Order: sequence, then structure tokens, then C-alpha cells
Amino acid sequence: MSDRPKAVALISGGLDSMLAARLVQEQGVHVEGLNFYTGFCVEGHTHAIRQKDQERPKRNNALWVAERLGVPLHIEEVIESYKEVLTNPRYGYGAKLNPCLDCKVFMVRKAREWLEAHGFDFIVTGEVIGQRPKSQTRDKLPVIERDTGAGDRLLRPLSAQLLEPTLPEREGWVDRERLHALNGRSRKPQMQLAQELGLETWAQPAGGCCFLTDAHYTARLSDLWQARGSKNYDIDDIMLLKVGRHLRPLAHLKLIIAREAGETHFLQGYRRRYPHLRTVSHGGPVALLDGTWSEADLDLAARLVARYSAGRNAERVDLELEDTEGGVRMLSVPPMAPEAVPAEWYIGA
Amino acid sequence: MPEELDCRYLLCPMPVIRTQARVAGLAAGDELEVVVTDPGALADVPSWCRVHGHEVVEIREGDHGVHRLRLRVGGG
Repeated sequence: MSDRPKAVALISGGLDSMLAARLVQEQGVHVEGLNFYTGFCVEGHTHAIRQKDQERPKRNNALWVAERLGVPLHIEEVIESYKEVLTNPRYGYGAKLNPCLDCKVFMVRKAREWLEAHGFDFIVTGEVIGQRPKSQTRDKLPVIERDTGAGDRLLRPLSAQLLEPTLPEREGWVDRERLHALNGRSRKPQMQLAQELGLETWAQPAGGCCFLTDAHYTARLSDLWQARGSKNYDIDDIMLLKVGRHLRPLAHLKLIIAREAGETHFLQGYRRRYPHLRTVSHGGPVALLDGTWSEADLDLAARLVARYSAGRNAERVDLELEDTEGGVRMLSVPPMAPEAVPAEWYIGA
Repeated sequence: MPEELDCRYLLCPMPVIRTQARVAGLAAGDELEVVVTDPGALADVPSWCRVHGHEVVEIREGDHGVHRLRLRVGGG
């Protein structure tokens, strides 16, 4: 080991992992951050897509935290390898489709591999005993150490004084007395600690930073899996579940209808993957068609899209159906009345 | 002419991840031009550069939402 111990800190972009990294950093440890992109991270995408969100600050919270800490941040894209975690979680799901314990095991294991590849000494996480009902209970923490192979190289600075001393504490790389004994769901101790450490804090989204805890999003994901008859997905599916109105008027046909110009622009990027409808006689949204359909089904879909166009009160609305090869055919339909759209057609609304 | 990295139509953080991978294969002083359409990348790519000691030499916000960031790889 070099003179100065080296830690890799999991940086989610939230407050706890920032505090944990800082506590170790201020003891003279060289810290570098590691962040994983699963595709289900809340920040960024929908803000980038929707016009009404254009004024919001666009930033990657993990990078923002790394800048505050003054540490390098390595971002790993894990979309493909994360599929096994989401579709087949050994420890099951939380309240929604959030496989929190499996997710933590996955990320700490990745951190352990990174540590070994880069000659670092230990791993730091922002876990707090009792903070999360699924993954951060006292009995779950040893599971993470065991399943990841991280063992006693895994340090949780925020709750360390309530846990057995780890290797970095026993070796004197960090002083256990300067670590903490946080416990439970209250956020107040973290806010207080941030103030003591001179770190700026900010509003955290409820349910964390993951779409897999979001009721609307997971309803759409469940619907997707059910319609396909398997839990398969790719990155485009992940993105499209975040955008537009999703309606399933028929078991074999789903429509994704843009809600505004930014979403229309985004959905047009998928015109070579999905056939789509767009209104031509009136202003209106683009709608992707996912599934199969008969002529009658197509008429229904067109009437539904017309309902969301500026011609919703017109007698008829003209639309184009464009297939994935660019072939176009015209349709003319009476718009569906809003009250004629059954609530159960809306997925995750 | 610097090497070009096409990150158009990728949403953040993918432009950062692609930049990170490409920069790993470059030497100190090399330049890279990253082309993006997600406006979030105009904040995230420079942020990533700052924490890794790389320099953003120029940002050109183009018409039609296509932007270019020219980076110079640091020595770190």
C-alpha cells in the first residue's frame, strides 16, 4: 500500500453518499467516486425532453457532488448487466419494482471489482442503518458484505460506530472516533452533518433517484412485460416509458402519444422503429404504435390520437400513418370524445 | 483537426460516458471535439472535465440544437 490509503466511494448524487465520502476524505484518504448508470435514474432525461422543463437546471447530480468534493468521478454504464438485477432479483422487489438489496449488492460488487483493478484499499458507501426499509436494515448490511466479496473492506462512515470495526478502521487508515452512529429514517442528522462539514444541501426527490420506485413508471414497465410475455427490455424501452401518454386500448396495441412539442420531437426519433400516426389537418401530437392491429384497430387508434389534437372538436381529423420504411397512408376519422376514453386505457397515468 | 466524438441524440449521462471512454485512449494535450444535442451535456461534460483535470477549450452552441465542445486532455 502507498503512504496514503485510497478509497473508492459510491456516489449516487444524493446527500448520504456525499457525506460519507467527505468524512473519509477529511481524514486524509485519497477518494475517487464511482457512479453507475442503469437507465432508470430519474435526473436528466425527461427534463431534457420536455419543453416545459427547459428552464430547470440540467445537471448530473453525481458530477455536481464530485465537484463539491473535488474528487474524480467515474461513471459506468451498466444497462445490460443490470437487467439480471431487475428481472430476476434474488431478494425480491420493494414496494414497486425496486430491487433495492440486489441493486446495492450489484453496485458494491462492481465497486469491489473496480477497487481490485485500480489498486484501491477500501469501499465507501452512504448507507445508514434503518434508512431504507428494504436494503439498509441492520440484518441486510452483512448480506451486502458477503454477497459482494467486499467483506471488511466495505466502510459505511455514517453508521460505522454502530457496526463492527472494518479493515480501514483496524488498520488506522481512518479514525473510527471521527465516523458516525446515524440510525433510522430521519434526515435531520444528515442535514446537520452537512452543515458541520460545510457542504451545501438541496431538496432530494421523494423515493430517491430511481424510476423503479415510481408508481406511474413501474405500472408502465409491468404493462410492457405483460404485453411481451417476458421481462425483456432495452434502453429505448426504458426511455420511452418516461415519455408521453401511454394508452392501451387493446391487449395487442399500445399508443405512446406526445404531450407537447418537446415530446413530439423526441418520439419522432423512433419513427424507424415504430409506425406512427400524426395529425395533418390540425396541429397535434405524434403517436407511436406498439403492437399489431386490424383496420378497425387502426381506426380506433387514429380517433384516439385525433382526440389529443387541435381538431378535437372538429367533425373529422386527417392523419398520416407512416410505417418504419417511410411509407405513408392517409386516414380521416372523427375524433373520439374525451368521455369515451375509458380510464383503464391509461397506463401509469 | 481534433478527433470528433458523435454523441448526438444521446441523453445524459451517455455523452459523458462516451467522452470518458474516448479520453481514456488519448494522451495529455490531445484534443477531442464532442458533438451533442442534449443541452444537459453542456453542463455535464465540462463538469466531468473539471473533476478529471481536462480543459474545455471551446463550446459552440449551434443552430438546430447541435452543439460542439472542444476538450484538451489534461496530464493527470
